[in-house]
Formats: sequence, C-alpha cells, structure tokens
Amino acid sequence: MKKKNVLSNAGTFLLFGGPSIFAFAAVVVIPFLVGLYLTFTNWDVRTGNSDLIGLANYYEVFSDKVFLGQLWFTLKYVFFTVFIANGAAFFIALALTSGAKGEQWLRTGFFTPNLIGGIVLGYLWQTLFSQVLPYLGNKYGWSLFSTSWLTDTITAFWALVIATAWQLIGYLMIIYIAGFSGVPGDVLEAASIDGANRSAVIRKIILPLSIPATVICIFISISRSFLTYDINLALTKGGPFNSTELATYHIVQKAFLSNQYGIGQAEAVVLFAVVAIIALTQSYLLKKLEVES
Amino acid sequence: MKARSIAAGMKTALLYIFLLVFLTPFLLIVMNSFKTTQQFVENPLSLPTNFHFGNYTSAIGKMDFLHGFLNSLIITVVSVFIILIFSAMTGYLFVRFKWKVNSFIFFVMLASLTLPFQVLMIPLVMLYGNLDLLDSKVTLLFMYLGFGVPFGVFTFHGFIKGVPFELEESAFIEGSSRLRTFFQIVLPLLKPVFVTLIVLDILWIWNDYLLPSLVLLSPAHRTLPLSTFNFFSSYSVDFAPLMAGLIMTVIPVLVLYLFLQKQIIKGITEGALK
Repeated sequence: MKKKNVLSNAGTFLLFGGPSIFAFAAVVVIPFLVGLYLTFTNWDVRTGNSDLIGLANYYEVFSDKVFLGQLWFTLKYVFFTVFIANGAAFFIALALTSGAKGEQWLRTGFFTPNLIGGIVLGYLWQTLFSQVLPYLGNKYGWSLFSTSWLTDTITAFWALVIATAWQLIGYLMIIYIAGFSGVPGDVLEAASIDGANRSAVIRKIILPLSIPATVICIFISISRSFLTYDINLALTKGGPFNSTELATYHIVQKAFLSNQYGIGQAEAVVLFAVVAIIALTQSYLLKKLEVES
Repeated sequence: MKARSIAAGMKTALLYIFLLVFLTPFLLIVMNSFKTTQQFVENPLSLPTNFHFGNYTSAIGKMDFLHGFLNSLIITVVSVFIILIFSAMTGYLFVRFKWKVNSFIFFVMLASLTLPFQVLMIPLVMLYGNLDLLDSKVTLLFMYLGFGVPFGVFTFHGFIKGVPFELEESAFIEGSSRLRTFFQIVLPLLKPVFVTLIVLDILWIWNDYLLPSLVLLSPAHRTLPLSTFNFFSSYSVDFAPLMAGLIMTVIPVLVLYLFLQKQIIKGITEGALK
C-alpha cells in the first residue's frame, strides 16, 4: 500500500511538474551553473579546448579599460534614464489622477510606446535623429539639430537616454497611478481644508505616501536600463566608433563575435552583480523613508 | 462653478496636447510611411498628398513579412500556451502537495526571477550549440517555456493558495482523477491570472530580439523583429519602406491593445506590483 502511494505521488509530481521543471532546469538552472564554471575556464568555441584558469578572466575584466569605460558609460546612461523617466512618469501620473476628463484615454495613449519592442523603437528614433531632426535644424537654423545626433558621442548618448525613457515612461506611469490610488482621499481633503497648496500636498502627502510605488518604479527602471540591448543595437549600433556601447552590447560582441566566452561570461556576472547591488541599495535606502498613512 | 469647469476643460485640453507631443515620434513615422522616400527626405513634416501604399508592399517583400509574421505568431501563441498550462499545473502541484522537494524547487524558481538573461545567454548558446539544437523553432519554444515558467508558477501559486480545497473534494469523492479535477474545476477559476500572464507573455515574446537572434540563425526561421534587420543589409537605407515595415511590426500588438486595453493595463499593473 505504501509503495503504491509513493508511486502515485511520483506520478503526480511528474505529470504536474515534469514539463515545466525540466524546461526550467535545462534553460535556467544548468546554464547558470555552467556559466559560473565557464568564468573560470578559457573555453574556446572553435577548438573546444577548455582549461581551468582560476580567476584570470575576472582579473582580465577588471583590468580591461574598454569594458570598465563602457560600464561607466552604462552607469551614466542608467542614471539619466532612470531620473528622466521617473520624473516624467511621476508628473504625468499626477496629472492623470487629478480628475481631468477622459483620463482613461490619456492613460491608454501615454502607455502606447511601451508596446513597441526595443528594436522597432530604436529604428524609429534612428530615423528621427538621422533624418527628421537635421532637416528641422537646417531649415530653421537650429544648430543643435543641424547634424545627426547619432554621429557624435555626447549627443548619441542623449539619444539613447531619450529613446529609452520614452519607452519606459508609460509603464512607470501605470505603476505610479496605482500607487497614488492608495493615497487616502480623507487625508487629501483634510489638507485642502487646512489650506495646503498643491505643491505642498505633493511634497508632504503624495510623495511620502507613494514611496512603495517609487521604490518599485526605480527598481524596475534601473534593472531594465542596465540591461538595454535592442535599443542600443538599433539606434546607435555602438557607434560612432564604438563609443556608445552599453555593457550588454559589449558582452554580446565579446562572446559571439570575438568568441571569448569565458571573459564575456565573467563580464556578464560582473554586470549582474553591479545591477543587483545598485537596485537593492536604492530599495533599502528609499524604503526607510516609507510612512504609514 | 463655471470658472472651475473652464479651468478643468483647459487642463484636459492641455493634457491632450501634451499627449500629442509625446506621441509625435510615432505619429511622424506613421505619416511618412505613406510618402515616397524622396518626399520624406525633402520635407518630413509635409502631409502625404496621396496615400502611397507602395512602401507597404515593398516592405512586405523586403522583410519577407508574411513569413516573419507567421513565425512570430506561431512562436508567440505556442510559447504562451505551453507556459500557461504547465505553470498552472506546477503552481497547483506546489500548493496542494507540500513536499520538501516542491518547496525547494519553488524557492529556486523565485530566486531565478532576479537573474537577467545576460548571465544565461552565453552558456545557453554554448550548451545548445554543442548539442546541435540551435536554429530550430522547437528549441526556442522550449527556452521560452523555461524562462516563462518561474513567473508563471509564482503567479498561479499565489492565486491557487486562495482556492478552497472543498471545491475539489467532492469531485474526488465521485472518483474523478487528479488531472481531470484540475482541468474541470481548478483551471476555470484561474481566468484572471490567465489574462494577466497572457498579456505580459505576449508583449515579452512578440517583441523579444536577443534570444531569437541567438537561436534562430537561418532566414527561414526569422521572427518580425529579426526581419527588420533586412532593411539595413544594403549600403544605404531606404527610409520609406523601413517606416512601413516598422509600423507593420507594431500593428498586431496595437490592435490587440485597442481591444484589450483594460486587461493589458491591469495585467501590467499586477505584473509590476508582484
């Protein structure tokens, strides 16, 4: 009887868990472990040779000025993208919860860019930056736009920030709106009876009470923009002269074009560590500011 | 009171104007996709004089649209379907059977949600390349299942916890099997979770680029995001068909959005707040 029970349990496990657990193990768990191992080897894709070389790959990563430079470039990009996207999303969300007519439609509209995938979005902005803006610049004599933004490192950086923020804003806006709806109406009413003006209400009531939503939004925007690849590929292709390669772009090139799998994987692990540390630290610090309503 | 309603009207109008400005990048591309490349280069702000659909037909040819669309459709629909069914079953297993092995696997799945694709892509290509499994749609479907399962199981697990066991009990007494009970009694209750996950998974898989670009190597397998690359294969880019191609890649999702906007917004909110 007991044996039969074990058998039937195993059957239930395989039937209900089998396919998903097998796929999860084969696609996530095993590659993750193999990936960690890979960072300690000099595996060569062409010969198939592989020797254990200890921490040499990590040493290489931390002494590679090009990669460190791109990591720094990525950090700056993340900082400005997160700042601009969250600022814009916050104020749009605020405007869309203040009782204007057709808020539902406006919400739908502002969310639309988020439906566009990174590659298509990148090409869309590439067309704008390389064709439409220079046209306007030359026609009206605006020197800022007279040449394509994508041919210069600094302006190409801002092009990346703008395109990424444009995609993120609608998404973050939705989360902020959900956060604001948690702000109790009686608190707002009490404030307006006490004669608080709009900016005081925002600073003293809405901002502190929507910290949980802010933590989520900043967490999401940090982790997403750190991992940007599609927009980078379609908008600047790393150019001009490899000066706008974000970390993921660099890793893809390193692994799949230069065939340096071990070093590429070590770079990916370092990138993951950087994202995790920054994202968790901000959550920890911001959560301390949380208040009860 | 009247001054107040005028102010409110002004505010609404301002918001609509701001929305228009916000969407200008997209609207400009839509508008110019109906002009010839020459008209676009001469003046990207001019309205199309006569609707020129030539760009669309030439984009369809250039990016092999029908093929790409079919590939994208098959991969998205099948992936979403298998992710949902298998995650629901496993979520059910983890709620109803509190074995040690189950809670351990559930814990590993939750932990894996923090892993970015970047730390998995190199070993994935290496392992599946060694096994000669790359360049196949089936492999890609399998990978989407593996990547989609942790979040799916997590979401279903949270919901099934709240489903009382009594509902199933009577079915068992009547001699219904575990599997039949699951499909006839539990599954229909999970509808709200299904909607959330369908939305999130469709948006993810339809727009995904990096994973398919690593797995689907031959042109015959290309999905739509991969096909847009074709416009850049020649030395100079022909912008008008490119814009038409971009619009056509987005349209399926936009149409879906038009019909399901409430569910999509709800799905996005729930997905993000988890």
